[in-house]
Amino acid sequence: MHLKAIQEFFKNIHEFPKTLKQSVVRHDKPTSERARSQIVFGNIFFHILSTRIHRYSLKKAYTFGLGVIAASSFVILLVTGILLMVYYKPSVELAYDSIKDIHFIVPGGRFIRNVHRWATNVMIVTVFLHMARVFYTAAYKKGRAFNWLLGILLLVLTLLLGFTGYLLPWDQLAYWAITIATNIAASTRELTDALNFTHYFDPGGFMKVLLLGSESIGEEALIRFYWLHCIILPFAMMMVLAVHFWRIRKDGGLARPDHITEKDLEGTPEDPLSDKVFTYAPEKTYGLMCLVKGKSPAVNRGPEQTVSSWPHLVIRIVTLFMLTFAFTCLYALWLNAPLKELANPAVPENPAKAPWYFLGLQELVSYSAFMGGVGIPALALLGLALIPYLDRRDQEIGRWFDNKEGKQVAICSFVFSSLTVIGMLAFTVKFGWLRNWFPQIPQLVITFINPGTVLVACFVSWSFYWMGKDNSIRMAAIALFTCFLVGFVILTYFATYHRGPNWEFYWLQSQWPGH
Amino acid sequence: MSTGEKNGLACRLNIDPDKKISRRDFLGLSATWACAAAWALTLIGLLKFPKPALLPDISNKFKIGKPEDFLVGTVKIFEDKNVIILRDEEGILAMSLVCTHLGCIVSKTSKGFACPCHGSRYDEKGRVIRGPAPRALDWFEISQLPGGKLLVDAGKRVPVGTKYAV
Repeated sequence: MHLKAIQEFFKNIHEFPKTLKQSVVRHDKPTSERARSQIVFGNIFFHILSTRIHRYSLKKAYTFGLGVIAASSFVILLVTGILLMVYYKPSVELAYDSIKDIHFIVPGGRFIRNVHRWATNVMIVTVFLHMARVFYTAAYKKGRAFNWLLGILLLVLTLLLGFTGYLLPWDQLAYWAITIATNIAASTRELTDALNFTHYFDPGGFMKVLLLGSESIGEEALIRFYWLHCIILPFAMMMVLAVHFWRIRKDGGLARPDHITEKDLEGTPEDPLSDKVFTYAPEKTYGLMCLVKGKSPAVNRGPEQTVSSWPHLVIRIVTLFMLTFAFTCLYALWLNAPLKELANPAVPENPAKAPWYFLGLQELVSYSAFMGGVGIPALALLGLALIPYLDRRDQEIGRWFDNKEGKQVAICSFVFSSLTVIGMLAFTVKFGWLRNWFPQIPQLVITFINPGTVLVACFVSWSFYWMGKDNSIRMAAIALFTCFLVGFVILTYFATYHRGPNWEFYWLQSQWPGH
Repeated sequence: MSTGEKNGLACRLNIDPDKKISRRDFLGLSATWACAAAWALTLIGLLKFPKPALLPDISNKFKIGKPEDFLVGTVKIFEDKNVIILRDEEGILAMSLVCTHLGCIVSKTSKGFACPCHGSRYDEKGRVIRGPAPRALDWFEISQLPGGKLLVDAGKRVPVGTKYAV
């Protein structure tokens, strides 16, 4: 009788919890630098972070955590969206009722839908602010041009996700917002009609049919938007987001200045290694070193003021996620996601307003469908995408407004843009535009000369003025970016609060005539 | 000895421009490009996928009744078609109620038509008098069927002012 194996068997059972843990986690408690690094590089999810992070990247007043908040809201949207898919039915007959079911019958359904709706707002706002942060700190320079491009792509995907989600409830607002939006896609007809060759070449009509799967909005359109919203766009978003995060690491971490003082790092965590200075070259070297760019080995300087990502970075990411989640939850408790009457193709909403983040565009569209809906947005996106390729001069990066050099330009542009946009709106509301004065005027003239294009022309000239004055493309870019940002905000505000029935101007919503 | 071998690469690739291409490289490159061509052709083939040969829309043609149903001054709106039928001394006309700007439905006012979405205004003939609409409301062809009923073809635009004489 051999008892040894039986003893071993029971010992193994006894030690099972310990061995299970060891098989999952291969490192000790994170008390040593080594174990802390292992947590990060030994975990597929943390692996997207580097093991150590520069203290400058943790400065609150530098990034404000905007990128993390945007990504957090995307995670919230993903989870709530997947939950909503359990009850939502993508069919013209059933969609509206299924939303009502989610609202009134499904336990927690209303709350989840509210969170889904309001997290969209959080995501869109933070994506814009994040872009502004990256721009104003010149963080698109020094090898980060491609990541800026990916960021622009993510902005477009974010807006497309918002737009495609909008049709799904199949209520009045959804139906008419999508009518307007798909006709914007078809608005190149404004140009081809004026030039009289729509019959031969009609990209607008093609785009519309592509989006709707039909000439009019119906079952086919709903399925297509559902497919885009639930599969294609989230998948594209996750892929591009993964590359975006990955490139932050590969491009050398968040942009930071070459010369960082102690004052810059106030309020960031320290650890014993972060101010350590190596006075001699390391004895050990690695074969891969020959592939690594930059100065090496680090002699007579510290390991670049870094701290371990675990726990310093991870705890910040989790905190930002929890704050975002708490904020959207409170928002969802406080305010219900809107649901209007069932879609009625015979009677439009009056006013038929798109979601707020498209209202700036809708104001432009009310001057010219093509220029406001296609021309100016395409120009703006192209301009944004080209920034790092046109502004290539080397400079200190990672400081807001280039360490105050750009502050004057930004403030002047803020004032200039506010005045021109408000002035233009006041003028248009008071006096109308070309067609009010010359009823017979050809459409082509209005397409190219309308309040929207005049504003763009003002902004572009303003930008060139600063290019000449300061002899710097960067300053011209700050001027143009500020103008567009301010213009976008003012137009969005104006269309949200001061446009009423028949797109007329009203000071207050309470002045709207009753139906 | 080829460049690849000199660099210690396992898979040789002849990149000397003066040298004739080796059989191995030729086959390798052919396979690579065949692969690329297959992907490209698949993508091109898929481009047609989103546009079905037959769209699911119902016919644009619809009957509106006999000419004698429309006395002078009659105004009749076909809501499901978004078409308005008007009768005056000169004849019957069919006009679209879909705004040419961004597709909202215009409503009839005392002086013409008004669009609720972006404030386009049309006169009683559907010509733009204000706002962002790029062209006049569409006028549609009216014809008479052998049985005497009138047929409106909302897929066939006619010039503004074309009326069906009664």
